[in-house]
Amino acid sequence: MDMQGKFIPRAQLDDWLAELAARFRVWTPRRAGQEDSGAVVYLPEARQPELNRKPTESAKRVIFPRSEPLLRFLRKPDPDQTGQKSLELQVPDADGPNLVFGLPPCDARGFLVLDPVYAGVKGQAGDSYYLRRRSQTVLIARACSRALTTCFCHWVGGSPSSTEGLDVLATEIQEGFLLQPLTPQGEEVLDSKLLLSAGKEQMEAAQSAWQAAEKTLGPGADMQGAQEALRALFDNAAFWQAEAASCLSCGVCTHLCPTCYCFNITDEAVGEKGVRLRSWDACMFSLYTQEASGHNPRQDKAARLKNRIGHKFSYYPELYQTRNACVGCGRCIKSCPSRLDIRAVLTKALALSRPAAGKPETTAPATVRPAAKPKVNKPATSKPVAAKPGAAKRGKEASHA
Amino acid sequence: MPDTARRPVFEPSAPNPYLPQVATVLEVIQETHNIKSFRLRLDDEQAWAKFSFEPGQLGQLSLFGVGESTFVINSSPTRKDYLQFSVMRAGEVTSALHGLLPGDKIGLRAPLGNSFPYKELKGKNLVFIGGGIGMAPMRTLLLYMLDNRTDYGDITLLYGARSPQDFSYAEDREDWLKRKDMRTVLTIDSPAEGWEHRVGLIPNVLTELKPSPENTVAVTCGPPIMIRFTLQALEKLGFVPEQIITTLEKRMKCGIGICGRCNIGEKYVCVDGPVFTYAQLKSMVNEL
Repeated sequence: MDMQGKFIPRAQLDDWLAELAARFRVWTPRRAGQEDSGAVVYLPEARQPELNRKPTESAKRVIFPRSEPLLRFLRKPDPDQTGQKSLELQVPDADGPNLVFGLPPCDARGFLVLDPVYAGVKGQAGDSYYLRRRSQTVLIARACSRALTTCFCHWVGGSPSSTEGLDVLATEIQEGFLLQPLTPQGEEVLDSKLLLSAGKEQMEAAQSAWQAAEKTLGPGADMQGAQEALRALFDNAAFWQAEAASCLSCGVCTHLCPTCYCFNITDEAVGEKGVRLRSWDACMFSLYTQEASGHNPRQDKAARLKNRIGHKFSYYPELYQTRNACVGCGRCIKSCPSRLDIRAVLTKALALSRPAAGKPETTAPATVRPAAKPKVNKPATSKPVAAKPGAAKRGKEASHA
Repeated sequence: MPDTARRPVFEPSAPNPYLPQVATVLEVIQETHNIKSFRLRLDDEQAWAKFSFEPGQLGQLSLFGVGESTFVINSSPTRKDYLQFSVMRAGEVTSALHGLLPGDKIGLRAPLGNSFPYKELKGKNLVFIGGGIGMAPMRTLLLYMLDNRTDYGDITLLYGARSPQDFSYAEDREDWLKRKDMRTVLTIDSPAEGWEHRVGLIPNVLTELKPSPENTVAVTCGPPIMIRFTLQALEKLGFVPEQIITTLEKRMKCGIGICGRCNIGEKYVCVDGPVFTYAQLKSMVNEL
């Protein structure tokens, strides 16, 4: 495919988004509140995207809305049988194609986690609502210019300029954006008279922007063996109680997460008409698994935190034989009101699983490597983790740096 | 080119897995003070003619405006006049279901989940151990086996309930007690006037009955506490985990392995279950 990049001057960005809005419902990250305050959320508005701050929420709502009607129902008196009512079920009309401009690469990778779930597991039917929207959504990510202290995409195979799952990668360079198509759909949306051809200099500028961003990442971690480590810790109630002690069960981690996909199905009705809704749910809520009998398999918050982390790093990769169900966006850390840090839990879990205790000179957690330049890839031979067989391998997660 | 082209495919003709089929309630049976059985059939004649399921599979019953809940289909696929579901009144949906009358419309998504290994059980002796509403999933397999009686060896049923008033399936029970080709033992938790059967907790009565594990498979369902002690009793009698089958219940929503709430580790009760051997349960994380 022709990988010829395009360039859009910053001043023309809104014109191009407006042009795209004729064909797509264009979503951009936008300030929800006043000028410089408030959360950055994805809104269906094709203008002035907020690109200076990482969106507070993930982009999942574009394809998997917070709440959506699955069907509408209507009961009418049955003309054939007195006293009986007939029942009519209608599936709402599908919405048109979507385009997201300005999501961080981790949000796009989040959809790659959701895809195998919603495509139908073990011969089950796929989720037609998700699949229709997903197949018609174009993703234009903006390479991150710097990592936040909460970012850990490089722990789980991502990078500030990862192209995985994208149709177009946009990189902010002098006075505008380099736009690189990655799929036929990406090529299509770059077919605009408003865009200029990118030159060698602009490509080079983008490359140094990616490298500069890589350097802002915090220490990396070797996630090899996380699946087994979490499995081994399943019955260690003390570990999970300690880790979950500060959790308020507010569910913000799941709601902002690009890979949390659990949902509830509820009915709302007025008289004989109503709607069946599918809405986000959270495994961090106590009622999530509560049965009508009163029995609850995950009664305490320790069991629920264990499930959330276990699902992302153990159950999901086991079931789908693929990547971890975490893209390292760090929102669950940044927005947690009690500063629960999933990185710390994982680091402890991995340390417990690795027989490094016999080396008292190690003061740092066994899994954390020094804040190195990811491009250099110098083996961290001084760390006990690198001495373990297979530790040098990246496991199932491939580096996209 | 990176692996970015892996966008999932949407087939416009693919079925909508959340759209229930409309069914009509044919009959409502008051089983106990808090259990009712509902017999229903699909309104669409073609869909009804094509409908098939295997013993142990689940259905989602919808009362539009109230919600959807999961129940085992407890009629047998060998008896195709209706589908039967037994509902214990416990929460919002079950309470609303108890208000259904013959002729009412209801939504059905079925069949869901796996089934009892009824083909692999051919030639085996069976011990059914059902407690309370846990008799419902036993019933579908038991009726199937009675309708294919020569395929199976000795059949023993141990059915327990709190009191004589807490037994369901009065008509079936009468038949099961009379039949010469199966042994039926009923038990209640504590003595009651006029009760002619056993008194005692299910695991204790099971131990007294002492079924031989030889060429035998035990199938059990009931409240968690009963299951726990029944499993212990079976192991003491010499049954190995591969010889014990149970069927689980969890809170479910989608029924197709997506929504996330019925997981036990990486297993989903709605697609990997509801039927599991005790050996399978032992290999899973301990979160029942």
